[in-house]
Amino acid sequence: MTETMLAQMYRTMFTMRTFDERIHQLAADDAIPGYAHTYFGSEAVATGVMAALEPSDWIASTYRNHGHAIAKGVSLNAMAAEVYGRRTGVCKGKGGSMHISDFDKGMLGAIGIVAAGIPLAVGAALTAKFKGLPWVAVPFFGDGAVHQGVFHEGAGIAKLWNLPVVLVCENNGYAEATATDYHLNTKTIADMACAYNMPARRADGMDVVTVYEIAKEAVDFARCGGGPILLEFLSYRFSGQYEGDKQIYQPAAEIEEARKRDPIKVFEENASTRGLSEERLAGIRQEVKVVVEAAFTYAESAPWPSPEETLDDVYVSYL
Amino acid sequence: MRELTVKDAINEALMQVMEADPSVIMMGEDIAGGAGRDDQGGLDAWGGPFGVTQGLVTRFGRERIRDTTIAEAGFFGAAVGAAMTGLRPIVELMYVDFVGVCYDQLLNQAAKMRYMFGGKQKVPMVVRTVVGAGFRAAAEHSQALYPLYTHVPGLKTVAPTTPADAKGLLISAIQDDDPVIFFEHKRLYMTKGDVPENPTPIPLGKASIPRSGKDITVVAVQRMVNFSLEAARLLDIEGIQAEVIDPRTYSPLDEDTILESVAKTGYLIIVDESYPRCGLAADISSIVAEKGFDYLKGAIRKVTPPHTPVPFSPPMEDFYLPSPQKIADAVRGLLGAR
Ligand SMILES: Cc1ncc(C[n+]2csc(CCOP(=O)(O)OP(=O)(O)O)c2C)c(N)n1
Ligand SMILES: [Mg+2]
Repeated sequence: MTETMLAQMYRTMFTMRTFDERIHQLAADDAIPGYAHTYFGSEAVATGVMAALEPSDWIASTYRNHGHAIAKGVSLNAMAAEVYGRRTGVCKGKGGSMHISDFDKGMLGAIGIVAAGIPLAVGAALTAKFKGLPWVAVPFFGDGAVHQGVFHEGAGIAKLWNLPVVLVCENNGYAEATATDYHLNTKTIADMACAYNMPARRADGMDVVTVYEIAKEAVDFARCGGGPILLEFLSYRFSGQYEGDKQIYQPAAEIEEARKRDPIKVFEENASTRGLSEERLAGIRQEVKVVVEAAFTYAESAPWPSPEETLDDVYVSYL
Repeated sequence: MRELTVKDAINEALMQVMEADPSVIMMGEDIAGGAGRDDQGGLDAWGGPFGVTQGLVTRFGRERIRDTTIAEAGFFGAAVGAAMTGLRPIVELMYVDFVGVCYDQLLNQAAKMRYMFGGKQKVPMVVRTVVGAGFRAAAEHSQALYPLYTHVPGLKTVAPTTPADAKGLLISAIQDDDPVIFFEHKRLYMTKGDVPENPTPIPLGKASIPRSGKDITVVAVQRMVNFSLEAARLLDIEGIQAEVIDPRTYSPLDEDTILESVAKTGYLIIVDESYPRCGLAADISSIVAEKGFDYLKGAIRKVTPPHTPVPFSPPMEDFYLPSPQKIADAVRGLLGAR
């Protein structure tokens, strides 16, 4: 892996962290409307996976989408404006934090219904296969999502039709206030792929290089006609389920232990052996802070949609 | 009597019914919370996303207050089967919007069991679920999908506005031998009102008349009742006496109370938070047009959201929802044409 790539990954992870720190503060201050879900702790997953994708590849995201959108290259200004509900937001203010998604950047949606993005990605992979396009489709979902019917139904169809789908499970230790080690029936989520005779990999989701390597292999496999593959990345949810969740069910010692594996910290610790100096990282951090700050400044004064825009975009055409 | 919030009134009803009837159990996602972390202070960490079921697990234990996986089709179906065989399950659908993933278990299983198998079975289960816009929660966490359930024969639908109604109707819903969908409005949870301490059921199928008046009938749905009462106060100053009716249950629907009121006033406005097409307002409007045509001195008017999903951004969501002003304007428009 080149230094430039590594630096880019650091920039992406640090952008996610900085963006969500802003979100965290704004939510605490009641300065943004609606629900917000931050990505603290899983930055390496979206960063590593997206680094293995081509811009033309598709992802399906969730309500916890900020990291996915940033890694897929969605404009920070348009993201921040969406969070504020402004007309120049990426969804014109229709979606808010839970639905940040840019089709033009290869996002099929950021869906509020657990696991619902999985079959959508299967569909994009179907288009790819049908039209002979080189796309791979990647649905992101949490550990809790594997109990939903559409996870199983989507996996089954993808396998049956040998579609280029890389199913990426972010196992961040919790589904809401329920611990993953409690809710899983199998030992691992990767184990579930057995039922569909699908290959699977399970790896550290806190080291972006590991994530990248595993993802690259899987994406190449799917792109070359190998069919679907399931990846389980082990991360940790440093934040609550949503901004405002008191997190009392996450033991302090557990959080502290997980903090030692903080993906950004892990990257910084290994940076010099990977050929990146602390000065270089500091420079990136400085640049990122400026860009993220500018995005929120932009968003705060971006125009509101007019009330009547409520009526737009229900149908392509009607009557 | 003392004042309780809707949220606390629901909690109290659940406590009292579960205390009295050991066959009542609850299933849902994080209705207790902290599963897997009980011994580390996690027990009862959530009580559902709005804290409505807080305290139940410490009182009744995890056997009766069962945190589920995110598998609505699974535990809804399990509730139907358990209800058919001797339990009285209460299941929580965290947001009504999520019904898509488990609708079959309600539409084709819970609702059909009795009829399709010759009336021998009963399905005494309750679905508690959260509805409503005004929370800036966007299109998948804000809907008021009462019609999706009310449309289905075999399901009963209940939507309380006041804390006392929430308690009394929930008790009836749990004691009822048919499947009942119990809608809780997220913007009503913190409203307060007098609630009797004893577990007093309020019968399903009986409307209430929170305000009487002689000039116009306003039938309103759940949170829209409060908006309509506000509108009625505005209109009062102008000398218009609006009668506000809260059907409280949509299936069964207290048609008589609505028709009697229309017979008295001659005018009807229906205020609904569900989508206008095939919605509750449309349904009530058609019933009155059929059965009360001779009472009507003017067209029936509906005040509803537009036929769009719920938008996120505040100016759009405010435009989307009915408001006291919009209701008052509709009344003025209708009566002005007299
Ligand atoms: C079908 C459905 N059921 C329930 C919910 C409510 N809900 C939102 S997030 C969530 C937990 C998801 O956990 P997980 O899949 O581990 O993802 P994470 O939030 O940890 O990223 C639940 C239950 C929902 N959005 N959709
Ligand atoms: Mg999770």
